[in-house]
Amino acid sequence: MRMLSRTAAALYWLGRYVERADFTARLVEATVRLDALSARPAGEAAWASALSVTYNEEAFAATRQTVSQQPVARFLTLDMTHPGSIIRCLEQARNNARAVRTALTREAWTAVNRLWLLFAHRSSPGGAASTLNLVEGVMAEARGFEGAVHRMMRNEATLLIQLGAAIERADNTARLLDVKYHLLLPEGERVGGVVDRDQWTTILQTVSAVTAYRWLYSDGLTPANVIDLLVSRPELPRSLAACVEEVVEQLNSLAKRTGLQGEADRMARARIARMQKTRSHEVIVSGLHEYLEAFIRENAMLDAAIARQFRFI
Amino acid sequence: MGTGRAFDEIWGYGGPESPRPEFAALSQWVADTPQAELHRRQQSAEATFRQLGITFAVYGDSDASERIIPFDIVPRIFLHDEWMRLSEGLVQRVEAINAFLQDIYGERRILKEGLIPPELILNNAQFRPEVAGIRPPHGIWAHICGIDLVRTGPDEFWVLEDNARTPSGVSYMLENREAMIRLCPELFRSFRVAAVDSYSDMLRETMCSVTPDARGGQPVCVVLTPGHFNSAYYEHSFLADTMGVELVEPADLIVDDDVVYMQTIAGRVKVDVIYRRIDDDFLDPLVFRPDSLLGVPGIIAAYRAGNVALINAPGNGIADDKAIYSYMPEIVRFYSGAEAKLPNVETWRCREPQALKYVLDHLDEVVVKLVDGSGGYGMLVGPTASKAEIEAFRAALIAEPHRYIAQPTLALSTVPTMVESGLAPRHVDFRPFVLTGADGVRVVPGGLTRVALKEGSLVVNSSQGGGTKDSFVLLPEGRRSQSQVQL
Repeated sequence: MRMLSRTAAALYWLGRYVERADFTARLVEATVRLDALSARPAGEAAWASALSVTYNEEAFAATRQTVSQQPVARFLTLDMTHPGSIIRCLEQARNNARAVRTALTREAWTAVNRLWLLFAHRSSPGGAASTLNLVEGVMAEARGFEGAVHRMMRNEATLLIQLGAAIERADNTARLLDVKYHLLLPEGERVGGVVDRDQWTTILQTVSAVTAYRWLYSDGLTPANVIDLLVSRPELPRSLAACVEEVVEQLNSLAKRTGLQGEADRMARARIARMQKTRSHEVIVSGLHEYLEAFIRENAMLDAAIARQFRFI
Repeated sequence: MGTGRAFDEIWGYGGPESPRPEFAALSQWVADTPQAELHRRQQSAEATFRQLGITFAVYGDSDASERIIPFDIVPRIFLHDEWMRLSEGLVQRVEAINAFLQDIYGERRILKEGLIPPELILNNAQFRPEVAGIRPPHGIWAHICGIDLVRTGPDEFWVLEDNARTPSGVSYMLENREAMIRLCPELFRSFRVAAVDSYSDMLRETMCSVTPDARGGQPVCVVLTPGHFNSAYYEHSFLADTMGVELVEPADLIVDDDVVYMQTIAGRVKVDVIYRRIDDDFLDPLVFRPDSLLGVPGIIAAYRAGNVALINAPGNGIADDKAIYSYMPEIVRFYSGAEAKLPNVETWRCREPQALKYVLDHLDEVVVKLVDGSGGYGMLVGPTASKAEIEAFRAALIAEPHRYIAQPTLALSTVPTMVESGLAPRHVDFRPFVLTGADGVRVVPGGLTRVALKEGSLVVNSSQGGGTKDSFVLLPEGRRSQSQVQL
């Protein structure tokens, strides 16, 4: 029995929205820790960059609030008036999941429902500790959703959810790196003062790579290594390399199961071939910002090609 | 209201100290299990329903986003013999309903015989001339019927109303049973209960049996839902899921050259049988309401051409009409040649002057209903209504008597129910589900029991605060119990 086009689209976007909510939660967590728990509050710059990473600068500016923890954390978690908050992402995820209940197991559906229920009756994330609780809840339930998806039958439904998540993850990591690096503009190889170190650690924290970094690099915290890790290392699940690999695998599996191949497969394979030939230091030399900008654009084109190939409606 | 006690299905007429002997085990279970434990299990069931999202929106209630229907953990129980008698009556009634529908949209013999005033049917808003002359596969119109029953004594069942359009509640029947198995497994050792989890298989067989595609092979069956904003969406998705068929929305279907297709990632796939949970009015903008955004343009043309089967058939609303209901004894007699085994509740047709006079003189004793109402709305329950409500109805009846029927207030049976102070009798009704396919008529061994949670209340509808219970149908003595498969 062939999957409905509408179902395919909903599953793909379910994957994207849960991933987006999880990433935003990680970013808020890392920024709260940076701002409120470090001895040197990072203040405006940290929260401004968080807004920028999630494409929310303009929307927040329109609210005319100050860029500081309380308003930005609330904006990114609970604000219903713009589509980029975690609650809106989870609402979308849930609507998509609800629309395709029959494609999900009970566990997967209840995981999405639980994510959404976290936010019922919450109007404010509260102070730092309370905000951390909220976003940690999101991350835990998102892991629960991921786990439930892994336990489902490996079929078009799970592949599409994971494909959406991988496309979203690639966009998130590229954006995180682009914004942060662009802001930080390090001079020389070694990280400068204590403020820079905290900012770089925030990046690693957002992609759960703080410990991984220490295992992989013995020469201390350098921008070059962070870029290498996030761009080129497939061992780190949130790196661009890992996402690119995952997308190719999922499209291959979908092709095997459905017999449907096309432009999206070609683009994904071309992308991974290019990435495997790329060395991260070359990227830095020729311009990280340009590289990441191009990556984000190409990722969006791949998203459109997937929609066409599977006839999303 | 009423003299003496209502019949309690577990306690009989004597109260908790002297339960009906067949149900001593249930009475014992209730006595032995601490109240707090019963409450805990009930809350656990409701939490599960909430987590599963078995919620519904109450129309007209701006505050309610999603609610669950309250679940009561004390089941009602039918003895095997009681059930067999009930089933015979249900089968007879549903066969008559199908024959009636085929007749009034076909030859109209019953009208020619003068048994029903023709204008009652032909001028009825629910009568769809657009489907006159169509003969659906095997002449079956009402594949799924929910026949609402009430009980006034051990062997006294009355049909309250027929639901041949889109009877809902099956998912509650199935989920309630699943909850009971999980939370009260000991009851299934004390009683040998017939399984209801075969409903989805039975429905799927019914659907496949009416495929118009004569080529053989597996017919393509779908459940057509308006979408997840619909108050019964959970049930639509539940049924599609357990039947193993696709759940589609109007946007997924396209009609080309009088053939219905669904849009898949691999292209179009022909559809043979559609279990549609969209009202007639909204089903096809080319035939019914042109402003409907929930329809599939051309679906009726495909149906008329015999290229797709629709379950239930469009046009069944006429059988739900309460004025037609009042003629069911005649209808059963006409098509089956026998008296109805399941009686109607006595019904006064207010369009008839004598009946209207009686009703107006006894407004504080009767229940008055709109002939085209549903969900318990627009209803007067005389004995519990205020003077103002009664006077309002008096005016409405005098103004438009043809819109109403009335029935006596029955002493509905009760079943022990969890209330704040412990266990107390609460009135119940019952909706069994009857399936009709090319392979015959079958009654699912169970059904939806609705309970009026307010003391003395006779209004059981979920949209007005009622709850549900599980309904056990016992297997005959000596038969090994079937396994209760987890859904």
